[in-house]
Formats: sequence, structure tokens, C-alpha cells
Amino acid sequence: MNTQPQLSTASRPWQEELYDLLKEFGVTHVAYVPDGGHRVLIDRAIADPDMHAIPLTTEQEGVAMMAGIHLGGGRGVLLMQSSGSGNCINMLSLISGGRFPFLTLVTMRGEFGEGNPWQFPMGQATPAVLGAMGLHCIRADTAADIIPAARAAANQAYYAGGAIAVLMGQRLIGAKRFW
Amino acid sequence: MAQANLNREWPLRRRDAVPKLVGRHEDFLIVAALAGTVRDCWSMTNDGSHAFAMSGAMGAGAMVAYGLAMQQPDRRVLGLVGDADLLMNLGALATIAATPAANLSILCVDNGMFAETGNQVSHTGLGADLEAIARGAGFAYTCTVKTEGDITKGAGMLRGPGPNFVLLKVGPEDAPDAQGSLDAVFCRQRFRTALLGHP
Repeated sequence: MNTQPQLSTASRPWQEELYDLLKEFGVTHVAYVPDGGHRVLIDRAIADPDMHAIPLTTEQEGVAMMAGIHLGGGRGVLLMQSSGSGNCINMLSLISGGRFPFLTLVTMRGEFGEGNPWQFPMGQATPAVLGAMGLHCIRADTAADIIPAARAAANQAYYAGGAIAVLMGQRLIGAKRFW
Repeated sequence: MAQANLNREWPLRRRDAVPKLVGRHEDFLIVAALAGTVRDCWSMTNDGSHAFAMSGAMGAGAMVAYGLAMQQPDRRVLGLVGDADLLMNLGALATIAATPAANLSILCVDNGMFAETGNQVSHTGLGADLEAIARGAGFAYTCTVKTEGDITKGAGMLRGPGPNFVLLKVGPEDAPDAQGSLDAVFCRQRFRTALLGHP
């Protein structure tokens, strides 16, 4: 069950707008460890002949891959769930130490309305962990927030060379029910 | 308990075998990962601008090379990685094979030990076969170079269709005594400027 109320104010679902925004910024590689909150982005990336959709075995692979894409002159984005942020810690040395531009979209778990307590530790530590490794976190908690937040993050990453995580809160993506 | 390292039975030496396998290194964009292969790379390329050598972020080698290969499909990309770097991120082999890049070659210099930290025996020195793992992950082109006679085959594979995986087994010998830049920002900008014309 999804506890997120249906929002009908937007003309298109924000997930679709978010994918369009990545395209607008010239992103050609979407690397991901799947999460329900990223389902639309992943499905659209796979269906898009101009996009490389890369499934990863662990999020840290995506961190390294993003660096390689930048070395080659391209733009990629890493999709993960907050539990994956911990898998990235040392690999983010590459991003911070090399001042690589970096954009990751992180669907949050373990917080607002979380039904699975196994998600609490890593989800709640995610902003601190990413921040400690030099990423700047921008939160989005509503459908009205997410597109401006993603645009701000993409500008900072792709035009200003920043390393940015967009934290997509459970108020936005909904909390799965486990009971 | 004493751990006998299988690398005693590997006759090739990295200082000789790596340059022989790679041949004209300028034909590749090179990503080198961690201590030994970084020194192989610095020595072979004279710390060249067509190479990006990482002295940290262990486990990054194969995936940085893969990202570069995906973005630069018209260039040959060589990921020069040690056994320890690859062992830390074995899933990368499955990821690369799942969405293959035909211009990517992985050359794993396998000395069976963690040389940088005091020659502790690694999993390959105890029997793990990285070529079999690469093949099992889905790499169509793999080979092991264990003797002088294997070098021609390995060199050909590195320049053949990809992604390919060449496992070079080398006995204990220090990596070349070469030094390059440890500044990742400088190396990133130098690499991009050489490739793209701007940092």
C-alpha cells in the first residue's frame, strides 16, 4: 500500500517531468540500483533509444562510472535508494578528491512513515554520510519541490562542477506498508 | 597458518609483460587503478595525458574505464587493474557484461598478493580464478596470460572485440619505480583537455 495521497495538481506526473529534465540537461547515461521510487525513470531510460540504462550490482559502481563518463565528456546520473548511500562512501573519494561533477537522485527510506525498521539506520544516516564525503544534499519532499530541486542540482553539477545529491523524501515518493 | 602463494609458479614479471601486452599504449585511453597498475601505467606512458591513474577509491578501476568506454565508443579504452582492485568490486564484471561496451578491454595484472601493504597473499594467490569469474559474469572474450607464449594471444585480444578480459598472472616483483601525479583534479583536467580540448 502506498500512503502517499494522489496529487492531481500537476498536469503531468512529476516522475515524467523529472525524466524530461534529465534529457533537457543532456544526460545520456542513467545508472541505477532499482528502487520503486525510481521506477518511471528507469522504465523510460530503458525505453529511450538515446539513453543508456545501466543496471548496477552496487551503487559504488555507479559512482566510478559517473567519473568515467565525465572523463569522456558526457553526463550521467546515478539513481539509488538511501540504503545505497552507505555502499558509496569510499568511492566518493574519487568524486570529492578529483572534484568531479556528480549528480545522484536518492529515494529516501527509513524516515517519514517508514514501515520497515531495517531501513531506519542507513536511511536516517544518509544526509550525514553523503555530506561527510563532500556531497551537497538538496531535499525535495513534495511534488511541487522536486522539479525545482532537481533543476537546481543539475545546474550545480553540470554547470558548476558540484557533487550533488537530491534526497527525494518519503513524503514525496510514499512509504511502503509492511504491517 | 602459513599461506602458500600460488604466485611462486607464475613465471612472468609485470615490468616486462605489461608493456608487451599493451604494445603501442597511445592507441588506448587508459584508466589505471591502485598502487601496482598505477606504477605500470606511469612507467609505460611516462604519466601521459591519455591515462587517468587512481591511487585511491579502491575498486573503481573497471567501472571508471567502463564509463569512459561508454562515452567514447570510437576510442579503445583499457582498464588496467590489479587483482585486489578487481576483487573489491567483482560485481563490476557482471555490470559490464550485462550492458557491454565493445571498445573496452580489461587487463588485470594479477600478482596474487596485496603488494602495496606488505605482500599479503590475495584470494587469487589462494586459488580464485578471475578469468573464470569474468567468463561466468558474461564476458565473451577472455584469456589468461601465464607464460611468454601466451603474450601474443593476450595482446591480440586487447585489440580485438570487447568487452574483453585479459588476466595476466605475474610472479612477485615490485611494480616499476615510476612516479606520476597524485593530484586527481590535475589528472582529471589534464585527461579531459587532451581528449576534449577543454578541462
